Amino acid sequence: MNSTSPVDANNSIRFCIRSYIAFVLAPQAPIIEWLTQLDNWTRNSPGFFDGRPVVLDLSIVKLGRPGISHLLAQLAERGIGIIGLEGADASQLDSSIPPLLTSGRSAERQDQSGAAPPDTSPADKAVAAPPASDEPTSLLIETPVRSGQTVFFPNGDVTVLGSVASGSEIIAGGSIHVYGTLRGRAMAGAKGNAHARIFCRKNEAELLAINGYYRTAEEWNAAIRSQPIHSWLEDGVLRVAPLE
Amino acid sequence: MSKVIVVTSGKGGVGKTTTTAALGAALATAGQNVVVVDFDVGLRNLDLVMGAERRVVYDLINVVQGTAKLPQALIRDKRIDTLSLLPASQTRDKDALTEEGVARVIQELRAKFDWVICDSPAGIERGATLAMRFVDEAIIVTNPEVSSVRDSDRIIGLLDSKTEKAEKGERIEKHILITRYDTARAARGEMLNIADVLDILSLPLLGIIPESEEVLRASNLGSPVTLNDATSAPARAYTDAARRLKGHDVPMTIPTDRKGFLDKLFGRRAA
Repeated sequence: MNSTSPVDANNSIRFCIRSYIAFVLAPQAPIIEWLTQLDNWTRNSPGFFDGRPVVLDLSIVKLGRPGISHLLAQLAERGIGIIGLEGADASQLDSSIPPLLTSGRSAERQDQSGAAPPDTSPADKAVAAPPASDEPTSLLIETPVRSGQTVFFPNGDVTVLGSVASGSEIIAGGSIHVYGTLRGRAMAGAKGNAHARIFCRKNEAELLAINGYYRTAEEWNAAIRSQPIHSWLEDGVLRVAPLE
Repeated sequence: MSKVIVVTSGKGGVGKTTTTAALGAALATAGQNVVVVDFDVGLRNLDLVMGAERRVVYDLINVVQGTAKLPQALIRDKRIDTLSLLPASQTRDKDALTEEGVARVIQELRAKFDWVICDSPAGIERGATLAMRFVDEAIIVTNPEVSSVRDSDRIIGLLDSKTEKAEKGERIEKHILITRYDTARAARGEMLNIADVLDILSLPLLGIIPESEEVLRASNLGSPVTLNDATSAPARAYTDAARRLKGHDVPMTIPTDRKGFLDKLFGRRAA
């Protein structure tokens, strides 16, 4: 009897490839100042990184092995667990440092203030621009979207023929069109597309957002409440106007 | 062919148990073989509304777990012999329900009855999802009030995704039943009106039950509304709803309680 392998020779081990969504932090030199900024920001959003996978992009700063280790320790102290590195020099890495990740694609840019300052530098805009798109795609929903449901379609436009209920949300990479009443949340351009727009036949929305810039129902005036509306982004300001 | 129906709402206190008892009794009075099943394990009420609380020996949990046979747990109504009750347990909680057990009980009930009406607990957790899991149709009970309507909408989403039929790609027939409706208050804008509710939920209407003192009175007497005083406004509204459930075409009206002779006379003169 050969007992060296507990694995049945007929059953090969199966591998598959899967991709995940992770936040990417890109520190800038000087690191001390960057960490202070990070602390200021997390003070406003405590627990933001709790349990979330985070990747460290070191392409802007060039750090040696001690520098990387120190930065990882500093981040760990703040409860930010790093699952991998990007843009680091492979020769600087050893087994104590998370692995180097490649072929990641830039997605939605998480704006650091929540309320998204409009003064993004040209360099930032270049990063936020959508990647040269593949096939144009869209999603058509013929049934009402019910409270508690989320429609997430990062690849293009979403069109809803029915109504979108209070307590539901539509998140689209492109524009959002609602032919019924929009009572929930609509978030267009979620992958960082400032040209996305939102259209609906009757606006009772809880929140409208394009490319991270948002407005809530509190700000609707009579001219746009319960009206057919159209929403777009203009110089970092979310505009909502009646649809003529 | 038997039909399994869940009476559900998301929000509590909107009238699920009242509706289950009233529709069950109305269908049974019309000669149908009906069982009403209480899924509110731990907070059972249907036995009280049906006036059977002193006759409960075994319950749904016993049958689900196989410690009692279904016929031992079923309680036959003393007023209408085609109406039965399967009570919930008051001492256990919803974790005592298993999906396989519920599936088996529903299957057995299907074989015995024309109508199996499941009274769902409030909420969207295990009790509510198991109550709707194996049904053919759903009655969504809604009060003309925003939080009730939004919770109903949430439940409709679950009916379209978490039920066995939905998972097989089939459709569950869904009806809206508006309860505690007060025509005068709706006209004054203090309540959502019927059109608002139906616009939000976009489903067909099974009936409108007017707000009435009779509902509480019947409930305290341990009698389904439709049995206690069949001529009362809510009883007539439920009877119409039961007929619509059977596929009859009944014009939609909002019954009002009868007024005294003098009121009528006065009303007519004033008009």
